[in-house]
Amino acid sequence: MTAAAPDGAALRIVGLTKEYRRGVPVLTGISLDIAPRGMTAIIGPSGTGKSTLIRCVNRLVEPTSGAIHFEGRDLTRLRGSALRLARRRIGMVFQEYNLVERLTVMENLLCGRLGFVSPLNAWLRRFPPADVERAFELLDEVGLAGFAHQRADSLSGGQRQRVGIARALMQEPGLLLADEPTSSLDPKTSVEIMSLLREVAGRHSIPVLVNMHDVELAKRFADRIVGMSGGAVVYDGPPSGLTDATLLQIYGGESWLQ
Amino acid sequence: MSAAARKPFAGNGWARLGWLVLAAYVLYAGSLLDFTWQRFIDGLGHGQRFIGRMLPPDFENWDAILKGMKESLEIAVLASFAGILVSLPIGLLAARNLMPGWVSWSARGFIALCRAFHPVIVAIVFVKAIGFGALAGIMALILASIGFIAKLFAEAIEEISLKQVEAVRATGAGFLNVIFFGVLPQVLPRFIGFSTYQFDSNVRNSTMVGIVGAGGIGAPLFVAFQRFDYDVVAAILISIIAVVFVAEVISTRIQRIFGA
Repeated sequence: MTAAAPDGAALRIVGLTKEYRRGVPVLTGISLDIAPRGMTAIIGPSGTGKSTLIRCVNRLVEPTSGAIHFEGRDLTRLRGSALRLARRRIGMVFQEYNLVERLTVMENLLCGRLGFVSPLNAWLRRFPPADVERAFELLDEVGLAGFAHQRADSLSGGQRQRVGIARALMQEPGLLLADEPTSSLDPKTSVEIMSLLREVAGRHSIPVLVNMHDVELAKRFADRIVGMSGGAVVYDGPPSGLTDATLLQIYGGESWLQ
Repeated sequence: MSAAARKPFAGNGWARLGWLVLAAYVLYAGSLLDFTWQRFIDGLGHGQRFIGRMLPPDFENWDAILKGMKESLEIAVLASFAGILVSLPIGLLAARNLMPGWVSWSARGFIALCRAFHPVIVAIVFVKAIGFGALAGIMALILASIGFIAKLFAEAIEEISLKQVEAVRATGAGFLNVIFFGVLPQVLPRFIGFSTYQFDSNVRNSTMVGIVGAGGIGAPLFVAFQRFDYDVVAAILISIIAVVFVAEVISTRIQRIFGA
């Protein structure tokens, strides 16, 4: 089984465009290769298509044209159950956590296994013992041991995002997408969540594609920065290469840089 | 800027006109229906005599009352069970945020049909179609249950948070698993609430359908009325009140268990 595209990239985006309205492209031909290891942060002003780009990968948003190669398949061409099988391999962490509020932490984690379990077994909560075992281990790992039976709506923002990360890891994914994972959190919790994300991704060797507002946070945790502006990539390189001039190019204006 | 352009609230001329028309109609309809004080005073006298003849209630035929009551309860429980079971998928199909347009509109059409007639009218139709007895009553109340639960259930689903659904879908879960983990947990308490409310209604309605021959306590009640046996009527009414009260207590308990 080939886990990666021929040239060794885990994810290969080629000429991706998206138009919500005809003639008004949000993404204008994005091409990116994501390495099998490490964290890639996409930064850029609001409305520049960062979320759209990430959501095109697991097809929560339908791309207009282009190709997305992942584990030997072009994700943009998948339909029905083939798409489901591909989604199982891609974990996602959301800005507003998107936990099922009325379910327990354990049930939320097991949501990560729903692609592997028949509806009848899911309805009866009959998950394989190995899945439950793994869920308890991941709860330890994200620092929520003992929270299994708490309902998700009783947790704080930081705790919820830890559940969100654990849920994504439950899938044993080959790629982790994170859509503004810290934008609803305070600065201290944001740092904690970013270090947790980096740590678990490293331990499980999963590449992470994350988009974020916070340039400093991105520089601190990412191995690679992709700067987007107007639906196109305008910077792609290490955090150290991110100068005021490039930031100006990404965000425009300059008073905020002083 | 002129004062007229700086009005803090925009007046709604149409709403004002609507209220005016409504008030006029109420006065007109009231005058048309021979609604006089004299009739009301006379009526009080009749009522007093009527209640006088009800006392004391006559429980002599208690076994007939018990039999009718049992049948009414059976109608209510079976109709509620079947109605709730069928409402779940129909309500789901009728939710416009989860289903393609043609599916939800067909389901909505069916629900509207179930709601179109009062259960007693539906019971008359079923009595004609499948004969006298409890089965006609059960069928009538199943349709009534679908009309109520499925409609409110669909509306509850249309108000859920799609973010939670999106997250479950993103894990590669199939359609039914998305429903079980992403949708149902969000609406289950409300569904339980609608169902227990409809169970209450069904208990009350099951005492009615007997009047048109669809089984239950309604038939003896109707007969007692026609023979002017008002003390028997009183006994039956008291039994109905007791059963409805117990049903309400049970519903409340069920709602509490499910956190509805």
